[in-house]
Amino acid sequence: MQRRPIFDEMRGFGGDVRPVYQRIARWLEALDPETLSHKRGEADLLFRRLGITFRAYGTDAEVETTIPFDLVPRVLGGAEWETLSKGLIQRAKALNAFLTDAYGRREICRAGKIPEARIVANEQFVAFAQGLELPGKVHAHISGIDVVRVGEDQFYVLEDNVRTPSGVSYMLENREVMMRLFPGLFADGKVRPVATYTDLLLRTLRQASFSTDADPTVVLLTPGPYNSAYFEHLFLADEMGIELVKGSDLFVDDNRVYMRSPRGPQRVDVIYRRLDDPFLDPLAFRPDSMLGVPGLVGALRAGRVNVVNAIGNGIADDKSIYPLVPEMIRFYLGEEPLIANVPTYECSDGSQLQYVLDHIAELVVKEVHGSGGKGMLVGPTSTKAEIEEFRAILKRHPEGYIAQPTLALSTVPTFVDQGVAPRHVDLRPFVLCGESITVVPGGLTRVALRDGSLVVNSSQGGGTKDTWVLDDGEPDGGALDA
Amino acid sequence: MLSSTADNLYWMGRYIERAENTARLLAASNRMSLIAGPERAAGQSQSQTQGRGGEWRSVATIYGIEPEAIAAESEAPEEKLLRTLCFDRDNASSIVACVQRARNNARAERNNLTVEAWENINATWLELAEVARKGVPPGEYRPFFEWVKRQSHLILGSLWTTLLRDEAFDFLHLGIFIERADNTARILDVKYHRILPDGAPRADVVDYYEWAELLACVSAVRAYKRIYQSGIEPWRVAEFLLLRRDLPRSLHYCLGRVDRHLNSLADFHGHRHECHRISGVLYSRLRYGQIERIFRRGLHPVLTDFIGSIAELSEELRRNYLMTT
Repeated sequence: MQRRPIFDEMRGFGGDVRPVYQRIARWLEALDPETLSHKRGEADLLFRRLGITFRAYGTDAEVETTIPFDLVPRVLGGAEWETLSKGLIQRAKALNAFLTDAYGRREICRAGKIPEARIVANEQFVAFAQGLELPGKVHAHISGIDVVRVGEDQFYVLEDNVRTPSGVSYMLENREVMMRLFPGLFADGKVRPVATYTDLLLRTLRQASFSTDADPTVVLLTPGPYNSAYFEHLFLADEMGIELVKGSDLFVDDNRVYMRSPRGPQRVDVIYRRLDDPFLDPLAFRPDSMLGVPGLVGALRAGRVNVVNAIGNGIADDKSIYPLVPEMIRFYLGEEPLIANVPTYECSDGSQLQYVLDHIAELVVKEVHGSGGKGMLVGPTSTKAEIEEFRAILKRHPEGYIAQPTLALSTVPTFVDQGVAPRHVDLRPFVLCGESITVVPGGLTRVALRDGSLVVNSSQGGGTKDTWVLDDGEPDGGALDA
Repeated sequence: MLSSTADNLYWMGRYIERAENTARLLAASNRMSLIAGPERAAGQSQSQTQGRGGEWRSVATIYGIEPEAIAAESEAPEEKLLRTLCFDRDNASSIVACVQRARNNARAERNNLTVEAWENINATWLELAEVARKGVPPGEYRPFFEWVKRQSHLILGSLWTTLLRDEAFDFLHLGIFIERADNTARILDVKYHRILPDGAPRADVVDYYEWAELLACVSAVRAYKRIYQSGIEPWRVAEFLLLRRDLPRSLHYCLGRVDRHLNSLADFHGHRHECHRISGVLYSRLRYGQIERIFRRGLHPVLTDFIGSIAELSEELRRNYLMTT
């Protein structure tokens, strides 16, 4: 197998330290191993104390682990970020326009750009959302758009997450921990802050209210402590100062939603739900779900409560619709995509399937409805047996899979047992859509800790990093005082 | 604030307090040989233990456990009872069950607690689970009970010194004081009944150790002596635990605190409920009660009434504030 050159975010394709990484390079040089191992211990303790733990599904219910945190920050220059954030905002705008259209008149289908079946026959399509007129026409208030980098100016969107994207608490806590451990690195204010995220989120949620009440009541709906992201729910509710509620804390009366409180029933205007569609309302979706609120969808349709993100968003972010997002950008915005899609082969198409079967050893094959790095095959790092097994599955269920070329994901210096070594990363920035669209400068960088691995998911041995966006794109000549 | 939050905090308070009370009661049961250790048990006269049917029987009664059932089940009923009340997760009154439920409630309400309070509760649970796994050898229970009390003080202290004085604080302390009142009443009832089966204080059967034990159970030996400056007298002990305004485990004190927290909620919400009326009546009875009249009516019926009223108060509180369905 031929090895393509890999772009390292500190050294490019093997040259001098790139300007934006000069501070990090000097810092790494000055850091002695003892301080380092001490700081790593401190970081782990901080994460446990802050309660930033997660529960991997399928593991012992009592065990909570912390996601490995790598101390070396990942750095983006001001100019790089400028380009990236414009592309992210463009994408979020198009996805929202698509969702409004898909649950409205479906102009994009009339125009022959997307077959209607791709929308209404999608398992994620929710008939209850048809014809909903949401405040500001926003369906995806919070989008987590996963981006990878392969060169100096080459970024790709790997996937969109517009249902209940998680991970933002890591973006915030990673920064918090870095600032506690290495305050000197931040002393000159060159690293743009991320802490405004929760204020912006609360503002976005308030703007999602149907009511004209100047002070709408917002709550965060969680499935409860057994959910893998429960601590993020706790964290966000706490930071925004809003109630963290379970389905049983809410009830619907006359199409209005109330929370039960010692003072008596309290009206709720906006529900930031971290609960998937099927569990939201047993009257509309799964009748056996105890996690939701009976009558919620009725209240939503009556325009008495808004649900964020909107129901039915799955039609915009699953892997079967992903190849069409560039078309959405052209159709709704009349613009060319600023960040490209990864070329994608849809196995449901006969000739594309044949290409995938012929080139499977070079490709990444993913389940259309899969998530978390499971149910996927990374061709170049798989054994013959694994490849044959997948080939058989593909022939049986071609419609369930897509394939993409294996990208040479960029690397960032990372602490490993042998010292500092390059490891592959991706990036999940969070885009907020309200009356305006904003992206906090940064995001969640996930890093594959195993040498050569391209899988960054926390359930598959990935870690996280603090992600810096520098205040300008100028070479960073700031003094080193960490 | 959510009703479910109020409910979780109320029960968290009750469970922490209940765990401490169980530890107190067992620690004060000096005659249980398994707690005292073999030396002390050996030095105790046979007739004393047998004549009273064994201390463990009265302890079992307080927890609503039929002594005969324990005796039938086990060759060593004392040890069986101790293990049940300390480490049996299926027994709702056991220390381990109380701490586990307190911790689960705290975990669900972490964002309504301070980091300090949560860490103390969580650390207590983690340590206790370890002790429960290893078990405590007979004769070494005393240090365990001391540890439970200390952890409870640590938790209650951190709650007291760090929590915002809002509704959450009121519900938590309603739980603590309702539980404490209930426990003090039960201990007094059972012990009194055991020492003085016919209910009337008689000077000739005063057993100094029994009374000292009762006072020790509520950490009040020294306070008693300071206030009464006399030897321990049964009617005074009863007066002390029922009617003293300034003893933190007396019924009077506990109901005073319950009433205060209920009034604070009424101020927050702008309305009162049935639980306010019940609490007001109970508190007034203790505030203006006289021990002579209580004994005239009979201590046992008075305490039985009181325990019933406390249960009624808790039920109304649930109906008025905590209902989640």
